[in-house]
Amino acid sequence: MKRAGREWAPVVLVFAAGMLLWQFVLAPWLGRFLLPTPVQIGKSLHEHWSVLWHAGWFTLQEALGGFAIGCGLGIVAALALARYRRLSGALMPYFIAANAVPIIAFAPIMNDWFGLLNPHSKMAIAAVLCFFPVMINTMRGLTSVPPAAIELMRSYAASELEIFRRVRFPTALPFLFTGLKVATVLSMIGAIVGEYFGGSIQALGVQIENSVTLFDLPLAWAAIVVASSMGIAFYALIGVAERFTMGWHPSAHGE
Amino acid sequence: MTVVELKGVSKEFHGGTVALQGIDLDVEPREFVSLIGPSGCGKSTLLRIIGDLIAPTAGTATVNGKSAESARRDRDYGIVFQQAVLYDWRTVGKNIELPLELLGWDRKRRKARVAEMLELVELGGFEGHHPWQLSGGMQQRVAIARALSFQPALLLMDEPFGALDEMTRERLNSELLSIWAETESTVVFVTHSIPEAVFLSTRVVVMSARPGRIAEVIDIDLPQPRTGAVREDARFFELVTSVREALIRGGVEI
Amino acid sequence: MRARAERGATFLAVLGVLWGAWEGWRWIGTHFHLTWPFTVNDTTMPHLHRIVQALFQPAQVNGPSLLHILLNASAFTAKEAVLGFVLGAVGGFAIAVVLSQSRFLERGVIPYVVASQTIPLLAIAPMVIVGLESKFGGTLAAWECVSVLAAYLTFFPVTINALRGLQSADPQAVELMRSYAAGRWRILWKLQAPASLPYLFSAFRIAAPLAIVGAIISEPSASIQGGLGGAIVNFNQYYSIEPQELWATNVISALLGIVFFLVVVVAERTIVRRAPENVA
Repeated sequence: MKRAGREWAPVVLVFAAGMLLWQFVLAPWLGRFLLPTPVQIGKSLHEHWSVLWHAGWFTLQEALGGFAIGCGLGIVAALALARYRRLSGALMPYFIAANAVPIIAFAPIMNDWFGLLNPHSKMAIAAVLCFFPVMINTMRGLTSVPPAAIELMRSYAASELEIFRRVRFPTALPFLFTGLKVATVLSMIGAIVGEYFGGSIQALGVQIENSVTLFDLPLAWAAIVVASSMGIAFYALIGVAERFTMGWHPSAHGE
Repeated sequence: MTVVELKGVSKEFHGGTVALQGIDLDVEPREFVSLIGPSGCGKSTLLRIIGDLIAPTAGTATVNGKSAESARRDRDYGIVFQQAVLYDWRTVGKNIELPLELLGWDRKRRKARVAEMLELVELGGFEGHHPWQLSGGMQQRVAIARALSFQPALLLMDEPFGALDEMTRERLNSELLSIWAETESTVVFVTHSIPEAVFLSTRVVVMSARPGRIAEVIDIDLPQPRTGAVREDARFFELVTSVREALIRGGVEI
Repeated sequence: MRARAERGATFLAVLGVLWGAWEGWRWIGTHFHLTWPFTVNDTTMPHLHRIVQALFQPAQVNGPSLLHILLNASAFTAKEAVLGFVLGAVGGFAIAVVLSQSRFLERGVIPYVVASQTIPLLAIAPMVIVGLESKFGGTLAAWECVSVLAAYLTFFPVTINALRGLQSADPQAVELMRSYAAGRWRILWKLQAPASLPYLFSAFRIAAPLAIVGAIISEPSASIQGGLGGAIVNFNQYYSIEPQELWATNVISALLGIVFFLVVVVAERTIVRRAPENVA
């Protein structure tokens, strides 16, 4: 219990300090038409809770769909490239190139392909953003197996499949989770940014954009708080899954 | 039947490095043979050729009367590396179980054998621990337990105690000898340490470098079973000196 | 020399395969009137050579070629991105230095640093722009506001990596410095900062293309027409008529990102004076 307290105390204290700073220093300095106070944001959040919650959930579903597709494809690609190394060397420049294309550039194209109001277009954007971190991290995990560990398995005359199952896959798991955690945040951002280019009124991104246009800043920030919280919750969820499957990892024990 | 038979084994790597040249060596059952030599003399390479982890460019390696490859497929040997190479995601017990799983043993039999092995290396009770919770010496003992778990008649060891401190090393040496006697196995042991080679072996194979060849083979006629007291024996020092001189003759500067 | 030729050949070969895959799918899609996963026609999948062609044709009637426009836009965006990168790198490093001095601060602040990236840049861009312009309207140009926003994306990888880098100095080396009665700042400057260089360059490789992304995303919010962001918004409106213009803009944007990445790689080679690992 004490240890948990020690772990969380700094975060809570910084949060409190930050909120106080915001409420009494930053917001007054910038004026309420630029930066609402936390109290104002809280009020707006309370007032519009139902709308914001549903919008958040709608967007989260897009993010989840994109996450599943993007991570799935990323894992498959990593498996293929780790197996055929020459291919990965040849394709790497293209991956880096594709990763450098800003989301704002292919969001309109996705909307055109799948339809503006169709959640699939936002899912596609989220999927594209999730693909690279997952693929790169998983690949690094699959190729970072120490040669001695493989030699050991060969000394047991283990088949390639057994080597994969018992050595490569568990070694890659920590890397995979790092990629997944990055992807959680990106999937949410992908969905929201996609909505900016047009989407259903039910979507969070549209809510944010509308409230900014209408200059209802407390509402805009309230919506941002919802978006951010969902992203963080998604991230934390994967973190829990990580602890659960990888309880054996030294990092989980504070090494 | 000779356990290991090497005839004219040579190994040349890509780029022209000749690691081994014309190695002829026979290892009889229940021998403890050490390979000692300077860095680059190919002793680790030779061990891996016996284990069919590397293929020779010339010559033959026969283990238990079959090709090295068949012997590997039949799992005729257990190997221990300098690093323990334990899998972090498995407990100590599950690490030792690994070869048994691959051999298709059922759960009950595996658990029984694991308990037996842990007793043998004096780590009873550590079954549920994870590798990172153990010291280097303990990890190596787990690696040895794992190598012996399916009771291979042949044990290949590549400087298994090289990363440990002197005292742990000496203690593990004694433990290894009692295990060797108890399991009646044959051991091929690679080492850098002259006293270790003399203490453990029935024969010491001295190798020379670039390219790797067998310079001399020295019989160790110290009495069995060997205890720590042997290290203070006059004959022990004589043999250590013989090995050292053989190494110098083979081109090592000491 | 031969290895380089081989790599160049593989590069072109892969390019050819991708080109073929695109045209192949397009052919299948139009021939069999596929609607899944999306409808294939001239608008959704223009011929690749048309995209290349479009670069050398005027974007507007009697105007300069598309390529000319895009290159100018790239230069404009690049300017924003460079400043944004520098701001983010310096700011990120400064934050890392502060956090490296106190475990308490580190544990308290890092979660917020991570959480900051869950806020979509696009959402806060308008508000930040308006805020900056009202407070510093006279002295700050619109494009400089964009740089500030780009810095929002770049500071994150730099902070995380710099922190790990500063903490990566060999503890025994630190002890040695202390034995020389070296003060905190001396240890930082002489030991920890140099130790963090490899981590910094790792972060720079991620941050450099991100600076471009940040700049492009933020330009519309600042009502900037002259950069790639403005071009994308512009060509998006004409997508159904001239889809290849948007695609061409994407290609140029991607190339700009790659150029920035390569600049970092070259800088790393010259400054650190040894080959970085995992160069593409």
